Amino acid sequence: MKGDIKLRVSKIEKSFPGVKALDKIDFAVTKGTVHVLCGENGAGKSTLMKIINGIYQPDGGQIFIDEKPVKISNPIQARNLGISMIFQEMNYVPEMTVEENIFLGNLPVNKFGMVDWKKVRRHTEELLKAEGLPYSPTTLLKDLTVSDIQMLEIIKAISYKSDIIIMDEPTSAITLKEVHKLFEKIGQLKARGVSIIYISHKLDEIFQIADDITVFRDGTVVESHPKEELDIETVIALMVGRKLTNTYPKEEIELGEDILKVENFSSQNVYDNINFHVKSGEIVGFAGLMGAGRTEVMRSLFGLDPKSSGVVKIKGKEVNIKNVRQSIENGMVMLSEDRRRYGIIPMRSVKENTTLSYLKKVFYGFFLHSKVENDIVSNMFKRMKVKTPTIETPIASLSGGNQQKVLLAKWMIRNPDILILDEPTRGIDVGAKFEIYKLMTDLAREGKSVIMVSSELPELIGMCDRIYVMAKGNITGEIARKDFSQELIMKYATGNLTISGVK
Amino acid sequence: MQIKGNFWSTFKKRYSIYLVLLALSIVCSFANENFFTANNLTNISRQLAVTTILAFGETMLIIAGMLDLSAGSVLALSGVFGVSAYKATGSIMIAVLVAILTGVICNIINAGMISTFKAPPFIATLAMLTMARGVALLYTKGQNILKLDKLTILGQGSIGIIPIPIIFLVVVGIFTWYILNHTKLGRSLYAVGGNKEAAVASGINVPKVLYTVFIINGVLVGLAGILFMSRVNAGLPNGAVNYEFTALTAAIIGGTSFSGGIGTAGGTLAGAFIVGFLDNIMNLTGVDSYMQQIVRGAIIALAVIYDIYTKNRKTKAMLGKQDDADKTKVVKAS
Repeated sequence: MKGDIKLRVSKIEKSFPGVKALDKIDFAVTKGTVHVLCGENGAGKSTLMKIINGIYQPDGGQIFIDEKPVKISNPIQARNLGISMIFQEMNYVPEMTVEENIFLGNLPVNKFGMVDWKKVRRHTEELLKAEGLPYSPTTLLKDLTVSDIQMLEIIKAISYKSDIIIMDEPTSAITLKEVHKLFEKIGQLKARGVSIIYISHKLDEIFQIADDITVFRDGTVVESHPKEELDIETVIALMVGRKLTNTYPKEEIELGEDILKVENFSSQNVYDNINFHVKSGEIVGFAGLMGAGRTEVMRSLFGLDPKSSGVVKIKGKEVNIKNVRQSIENGMVMLSEDRRRYGIIPMRSVKENTTLSYLKKVFYGFFLHSKVENDIVSNMFKRMKVKTPTIETPIASLSGGNQQKVLLAKWMIRNPDILILDEPTRGIDVGAKFEIYKLMTDLAREGKSVIMVSSELPELIGMCDRIYVMAKGNITGEIARKDFSQELIMKYATGNLTISGVK
Repeated sequence: MQIKGNFWSTFKKRYSIYLVLLALSIVCSFANENFFTANNLTNISRQLAVTTILAFGETMLIIAGMLDLSAGSVLALSGVFGVSAYKATGSIMIAVLVAILTGVICNIINAGMISTFKAPPFIATLAMLTMARGVALLYTKGQNILKLDKLTILGQGSIGIIPIPIIFLVVVGIFTWYILNHTKLGRSLYAVGGNKEAAVASGINVPKVLYTVFIINGVLVGLAGILFMSRVNAGLPNGAVNYEFTALTAAIIGGTSFSGGIGTAGGTLAGAFIVGFLDNIMNLTGVDSYMQQIVRGAIIALAVIYDIYTKNRKTKAMLGKQDDADKTKVVKAS
């Protein structure tokens, strides 16, 4: 019965203290199709999904399944109605096994009320086999990689035999190969008549799998169309409410001397014999698959993790960086890939988060110099277009993009020579991405050196002057801007092509 | 309207504890005519001085994601050593210095276990609790040291009309406020307690911060030790049992968050006085002492539930606003 409306919401409203998250949302999903939701952060997509999944209650409006009105008070009810959801933030218990996690909250019991572990084992083995996942039901979750766990979340949701599956950024942590596997899976599910609501920021991916696309902005539905009637440019324009003329504000800048030179950099079993250099005014990219060792190299360089050997030269002078303080003093700073874990102090104000990198600038003599601090922070926020109610607002209440800008501002007040940006645009919206690219260009123009580690090839290709590709702890390729192509990068990244003697 | 709402919520968040204290003192004044007298209030403050000085130390530690269960035992050990030093030399100055030094040494060991050997603060300071009490008993062979002569001036004397313990209380309070609001150390404490890994990645010297805050705590515990012994006019190796819990109670009621990163000196002072006023009014009105314990426990529970309730509401509001802001993975171990 393709063509029938499976799920429909009508005039859904939801407010949080001080924010109208959803304003009279109308939206419908057809049976056996993939309906993609896109929109900037804070546009209301996840809130709507949480309402459909019973996590939030709407202030007004109605949900219909098969055109019958339903009330969904909690996720268990949602599951009974055939709705399951894959969250972008994975919920799992690291100390539990694969089978325990799959059946968490849903353990089958025998007639004595005891857990039927045999059944659990059998079902898990079947599921793992069907999906071609190579680990055993008794593996502990903490021993799996992030992408394995994400795949597990996906099969867990599928295992409920739902006919509406909500996927909130399912590909943010999995490898390209697994993305293909996921898309195949989605195809099979569609053929079975399952409806899929798919939230993603990755526009190229959206156009691969969508049947319909709905764009959200500021808690309202802007437009909803079949994929054929839209293109990437239009979707971006709808999302941000304006046309972005240039996705990558790249400028040709004359390069100066080598600022950073890394030679024979090694750490046992993590990465080996890493050699690279970055010039003044240059943006250098690091591409590679997850686990290639890019983040590990950068963390060692920045003094967060130890290295076993190697020489680092900054402006021609050999430096021995053993901790973050020494790195900062040598003019090298790093924005970490995991904003929540290594970035923000969630309950403290944006002001405190910003000046944390430069306390001696605001605390001198016997007192905190509030005015100096406020000026430094306000000026930097103005320059970086940080949107915050006040500078006393806790950083956790800002959107992801603004949090990222605050963290960048934290380093900018040190006026560094070398900026290492590890996945600087992960999980932030198009507008904020553009501003971060813009800032990178500005920095390059000022003669700074920028290293960008990213898993998104389009942004590496768009922004960098040169790209190093890593695979299995080694640099396998170095590509100049004129030779950039996704195919070439992927060849190096998968180890199908290597060059020797990288300079 | 928005601004007004924000103003009120900020106001409530920042000052609610003082409003509670004010309301409580008004209720107490009506409940018993002896409550709001200079004499009674001075007495309460004098009694509160020792545990509140401990509470200021605990506040700084909790903000940094630490805590000190050994405070009561180390207080007794410091006091006993200080008193012995006084007996041997007759110098109040030396007595105070010995007590402080003892507190500092014990807390350097605490910091060492926690920062250098990565022991959880709860267990490390639990070990110190047992050890310090043992040393105090071993050293005194379990006997109280009596007749402190002139040393009693610290705990019982006054400068003008103000009792010396209250002066110490005020000085330590201002000191704590100053550290938390006006020093690099204070900012670092909030950062380390709020997110240790982010603090490291921002260039904060976390071991140095932890050693420093434990050393400060040691100074306060040592000071509290000599004040305590001087007030009771004896060196009691078995004294001040469970004082760390009274101190922790004051800090918790004063809004210090056990998740780290949140707390103020003023809040802790207010928390200490809320507990002190309640104890006092229950004594004045003749409430059974067992009953008093139940009330005190219930108040801790209420304070914590209130803290978590307001935090949850805030988090929910943030979730709504933040929406799908992050793809960063959060492992929620339950």
